[in-house]
Amino acid sequence: MLRLEKRPQPSAFWSWLTPLIAVVVTMIAGGLLFGALGKPPIEAIRTIFWEPIFGEFSFYYRPQLLVKGAPLVLIAIGLSLGFRAGIWNIGAEGQYIIGAICGAAVGLAFYPTESWVIFPLMVLAGALGGWAWAMIPALLKVRFGTNEILVSLMLVYVAEQLLAAMALGPLKNPEGFGFPGSRNLQQYPSAHNAEIITGSGMHWGVVAALVAVIFAYILLNRHILGYHIRLTGQAPRAARFAGVRPRLLILFCLGASGALAGLAGMFEVSGPTGQISIDFNVGYGFTAIIVAFLGRLHPVGIMLAGLLMALTYIGGEIAQSNLGLPAAAIQLFQGMLLFFLLAVDVLTNYRVWLTSTEAA
Amino acid sequence: MDLSSINPILLLASLMVAATPILIAALGELVVERAGVLNLGVEGMMITGAICGFAVAVETGSPMLGFLAAAAGGALLSCLFALLTQFALANQVASGLALTLFGLGLSSLMGQGYVGIKPPPTAKLDIPLLGDIPVLGPILFAHDVMVYVGLALVVAVWAFLKYTRGGLVLRAVGENHDAAHALGYKVVRVRVMAILFGGACAGLGGAYISLIRVPQWTEGMTAGAGWIALALVVFASWKAGRVLLGAYLFGGVTVLQLNLQAAGVDIPVEYLSMSPYLITILVLVIMSADRSRAPASLGRIFHASG
Repeated sequence: MLRLEKRPQPSAFWSWLTPLIAVVVTMIAGGLLFGALGKPPIEAIRTIFWEPIFGEFSFYYRPQLLVKGAPLVLIAIGLSLGFRAGIWNIGAEGQYIIGAICGAAVGLAFYPTESWVIFPLMVLAGALGGWAWAMIPALLKVRFGTNEILVSLMLVYVAEQLLAAMALGPLKNPEGFGFPGSRNLQQYPSAHNAEIITGSGMHWGVVAALVAVIFAYILLNRHILGYHIRLTGQAPRAARFAGVRPRLLILFCLGASGALAGLAGMFEVSGPTGQISIDFNVGYGFTAIIVAFLGRLHPVGIMLAGLLMALTYIGGEIAQSNLGLPAAAIQLFQGMLLFFLLAVDVLTNYRVWLTSTEAA
Repeated sequence: MDLSSINPILLLASLMVAATPILIAALGELVVERAGVLNLGVEGMMITGAICGFAVAVETGSPMLGFLAAAAGGALLSCLFALLTQFALANQVASGLALTLFGLGLSSLMGQGYVGIKPPPTAKLDIPLLGDIPVLGPILFAHDVMVYVGLALVVAVWAFLKYTRGGLVLRAVGENHDAAHALGYKVVRVRVMAILFGGACAGLGGAYISLIRVPQWTEGMTAGAGWIALALVVFASWKAGRVLLGAYLFGGVTVLQLNLQAAGVDIPVEYLSMSPYLITILVLVIMSADRSRAPASLGRIFHASG
């Protein structure tokens, strides 16, 4: 019989080790899954985790690591603030879409004027768009006590419809021969989120992600607001006595995560993707939830987890073309990671004893 | 625009069909939440049920076997959630999300060979006399059997929770798990059974979408129905009868906006498609003023020696 004994406080040792265990277990389970699909398991795992960094074409894939990792880290940093305080923003995907729409709309409004102010304005619009979209669940929660999980999630579907409406309507490229989708911002220098160093994958979104990591670290460890966030998550009652204002915290956490998700969307649409189209969003907002948990809701952890997740995206694409591994298998693989992490996490919060049945 | 092309009888009849998947899934989640567990994985279990049911129905040619497989698939997936939350004592919100992400991946992997196939048709019940009644006949008595299974489930869940000993124990576990434990009730066992029931119901609801409502398989076809089912439970203040009311309301909105799309109303389709989600938010806002009905132990982790 296994017996669980609650630790007085979560074990710091296990809390850093469990993500690693979860990754290893996921690799094993993933290997079995790929084997069951009739693909060579070790070859598949090697393709996903090794090929992008050290393989023959790594010069192409390494920059991709930053391109794919940046939006994940940006979104996950925002989510982690709320998750720490028990405020669940599940709708980052929607805020990401709205940020992209707002950013692109501002850029396209100036077309074809060239000026250095356009890009900063787009950044501002993207952040504001995401912030405003996240303010809907925040205000409803503060004012009416509405569940923020359900509202933020419903707004993802609304945002997806809005994206389609924009791609087919107001933002459609007037010179696009009737095809859906906006002008390509990559061909509009003032609005293009170009690589800062050519060939490095380093665009302004990567810079923003790094800045967000640093700010989140300072906020959580050196600022009273960060202390309040952590306190609310660990001991809500004590937090109230300590003078935490829960409503303000809800507005801040949801607002910040919305703005960061909006930024991620804006950097994506003006850079790697280039245009508003019906299938612009690829689920970064949901994958970022896995990233946030895998990174232990800690800024540095999230940065590492974001890179790892980016690796599975890129490696997954390689495995898709080289081994014919279905795209869904990669999605499942990422889902398994969160599963195993949550399961292994029992070691962080509980001591596990092996007891004989008679004793129990 | 031609609003006269909308036939009110057909509208009401298709309302019942549109409401059934979220009705069944929400009833399952209602039982889970009354046992004090918040399972946010309804969407994942629904889509898994949708593909399990679809695949088995296509392979065997029998929709009924498909529905059975869907219930089994949903329950099997919910086992993972039970394992995480009841034995590994993981956070229920995070585990539910994991279940949804996992289910979405699993279903699109399983569904690869089934895109573009038509499932075997589910026979409509042809009730001899009742079906011939003008107006009421086509609205109420000319559906497939699952519509009536859904209605029967409403009554069954209501009666179980209100009149049976098992229902009383389940509610006790949901209101105060420590007290229930002290009285000698097996908290974890009750909750695991509730979670399995919830999974089976979500699976059935999902299969209804892929086998009857649409009917075909596309990735992510549940499109938030699981989340609407979750909202429905809040809307219903955790009461079975009001789940029915809520499901018909959402069914009505869905069908009406589809009809308006077909009638060529001068609003872009995308804005009409938003309406079920916006209505859900609106209803949540109206209903969340009264939080007193929520089971007191909802979402809290039970640990016997803690």
